[in-house]
Amino acid sequence: MDTDLSSQDRKDLDKFIKFFALKTVQVIVQARLGEKICTRSSSSPTGSDWFNLAIKDIPEVTHEAKKALAGQLPAVGRSMCVEISLKTSEGDSMELEIWCLEMNEKCDKEIKVSYTVYNRLSLLLKSLLAITRVTPAYRLSRKQGHEYVILYRIYFGEVQLSGLGEGFQTVRVGTVGTPVGTITLSCAYRINLAFMSTRQFERTPPIMGIIIDHFVDRPYPSSSPMHPCNYRAGEDNGAVYPSVEDSQEVCTTSFSTSPPSQCVFTVTKAHFQTSPPMVTDTLKVPVMGLAFSHQPAALGVGSADMGYPVLFAGGLNAAHPHQLIGPGKEGGVPPVPNQPAHGTQADQERMCTPLDGVHYSAATPSSSEDTETVSNSSEGKCGSPHDLLETIFIRKVGAFVNKPINQVTMANLDIPFAMFAPKNVELEDNDPMVNPPESPETESPLQGSLHSEGSSGSSTGNTHDDFVMIDFKPAFSKDDILPMDLGTFYREFQNPPQLSSLSIDIGAQSMAEDLDSLPEKLAVHEKNVKEFDAFVETLQ
Amino acid sequence: MVGPGRSRCCGPSGAAPAMNCRAEVLEVSVEGRQVEEAMLAVLHTILLHRSTGKFHYKKEGTYSIGTVGTQDVDCDFIDFAYVRVSSEELDRALRKAVGEFKDALRGSGSDGMGQISLEFYQKKKSRWPFSDECIPWELWTIKVNVVNLANEQERQICREKVGEKLCEKIINIVEVMNRHEYLPKMPTQSEVDNVFDTSLKDVQPYLYKISYQITDSLGTSVTTTMRRLIKDTLAL
Repeated sequence: MDTDLSSQDRKDLDKFIKFFALKTVQVIVQARLGEKICTRSSSSPTGSDWFNLAIKDIPEVTHEAKKALAGQLPAVGRSMCVEISLKTSEGDSMELEIWCLEMNEKCDKEIKVSYTVYNRLSLLLKSLLAITRVTPAYRLSRKQGHEYVILYRIYFGEVQLSGLGEGFQTVRVGTVGTPVGTITLSCAYRINLAFMSTRQFERTPPIMGIIIDHFVDRPYPSSSPMHPCNYRAGEDNGAVYPSVEDSQEVCTTSFSTSPPSQCVFTVTKAHFQTSPPMVTDTLKVPVMGLAFSHQPAALGVGSADMGYPVLFAGGLNAAHPHQLIGPGKEGGVPPVPNQPAHGTQADQERMCTPLDGVHYSAATPSSSEDTETVSNSSEGKCGSPHDLLETIFIRKVGAFVNKPINQVTMANLDIPFAMFAPKNVELEDNDPMVNPPESPETESPLQGSLHSEGSSGSSTGNTHDDFVMIDFKPAFSKDDILPMDLGTFYREFQNPPQLSSLSIDIGAQSMAEDLDSLPEKLAVHEKNVKEFDAFVETLQ
Repeated sequence: MVGPGRSRCCGPSGAAPAMNCRAEVLEVSVEGRQVEEAMLAVLHTILLHRSTGKFHYKKEGTYSIGTVGTQDVDCDFIDFAYVRVSSEELDRALRKAVGEFKDALRGSGSDGMGQISLEFYQKKKSRWPFSDECIPWELWTIKVNVVNLANEQERQICREKVGEKLCEKIINIVEVMNRHEYLPKMPTQSEVDNVFDTSLKDVQPYLYKISYQITDSLGTSVTTTMRRLIKDTLAL
């Protein structure tokens, strides 16, 4: 027996590596969907579970992976990489992790392909399942949705780690030696975020201040687009991805404890979406150390995988002569993935709902049920009032307020930085010095004028009625449905009405009066000079 | 906290299994209410790697393997999530063992220090009247130190810190698993119960037993509460 890999072993190994790569991508992307994954164990082999693990296949992800691989396999210098990045609703993006499936030159010629390599690849996938929950990006991905989304990108070739910033850490998931090289699976992840509590994302602070190091222009412009990592169930109209050229092969493994001896291997391939499962191709090749048989599997629903179970044997201690296995019926139907096809188009970089395009909504404390997406009105146009939501609430009259204010209208604005308003209250738009507070009729959505009563100097100054403010979320406050909450209190507290004694009108008035009345007062005092003198003398 | 310590019992690697049991030690410091989740996270992660699908033996010498499903578990008292095998029976068995450990830790005579061990073993049939031998081939020991916290702020910090520590432990476990060291040979049908626990209906872990010890305040394990959850003796 020569030490070179037999052609059958080579074929098997290539197949294992290919499907291992596809399953790796599935595990990584599914771990960043933001949802808890749950698959069922099945005691009887179902015919489509590679590596004896129930890992669902999201069609779009498989499609992308196959596209990236383009028929090649990971080899020395050609690694398959899955890049996970975060993209905020502002459009800023940041690479979080790079998962690399690499091959190096260190070969293990002695290892049995169909048995040991297969089982070790299965173990490596389990390790990947565990490790994907442990890196910082997992917790971020569980909280994605409103402020940011997680995107993935698959590329093949050289690993590009420069986007991860300085001081990134690596974790090795594991290695599997094969006769053609050693497969290594590892992850390099950014650690800047590790020090940032994920709670900050819940409070929506200005994300700009947190992204320390990111490239907006990628140093290596890549041809593969980014894809979002989450999707809405049911939104897709069942788009079926075109079947890729090679068939969707499936695998049921069967192992043998017989020693290696004369054996026979038959393979059946069935193509995607061909109707009845058929044996289209049978090949019998004598192979050392392996025993195979095939049988057509009863197959499933819709675009479910079709294929064949392959039975393997590993040479072991029992001294039984090799036997061919008759085509018994394999139980069960391959599990059809419950998750529908990807909810958004795969071809362009896009954020999925609720953040389509560049729209975003400012969730406000007083109208959390009614957030609407309004287009970005940074140009300063007077927004169409019907786009704005208004909530009206009664404002309590404080002491010393001379004019009772009956109502204050709040308008919720969708302006740039609305989400980050506590830090951006000093925006030029809102500075009354730059943009004098407007009279209420215009009700410009952008004028975050902090009116105070009477300061405008206008007539009777009921300018308070339409009180246009930037909406903001103060720290530690929740999105409450109640109109009176910390945010509202804060707003009011910031703009108390003027004390009546300090109002300019009255002040001005009294001074004028004082001046006028001065000569009279002087005359009166002069009359009483003698009394004053007597008084002074008593004091001395 | 110390990372995994490695020690080998006598014998070179590749020798007969009786001579070669690798031992790994993990240490964690947790708050009382975190004990259960932390132990389950570690034990489930180990068992995920040490479980296969159910074997179905066919005509002599060949077998097929069922499928192992997985599911995510979020911890309530720790900022942490882990993956476990989708098997309610296995989860129940682990929860029972961890529950007993937790109760023992809380009990009197304990200053909050203890350890729980997960041992994988093979059975070697002996002739009557000798009972079967259990030969361990891998031993995981998790040392636990229970801390008491004073206020809510400390608890919050502890949530995060323990979550980070558990992440490190998972990485350590995975590192050990991927060394691809000794694993029992795949058994024939007659031998399968000597290697695997075949009592579960959906998955098949290697034969394992869980035991624990509580150290009292003197630091010695005077109360050696060695409760064994040995499935085979129960079957007998």
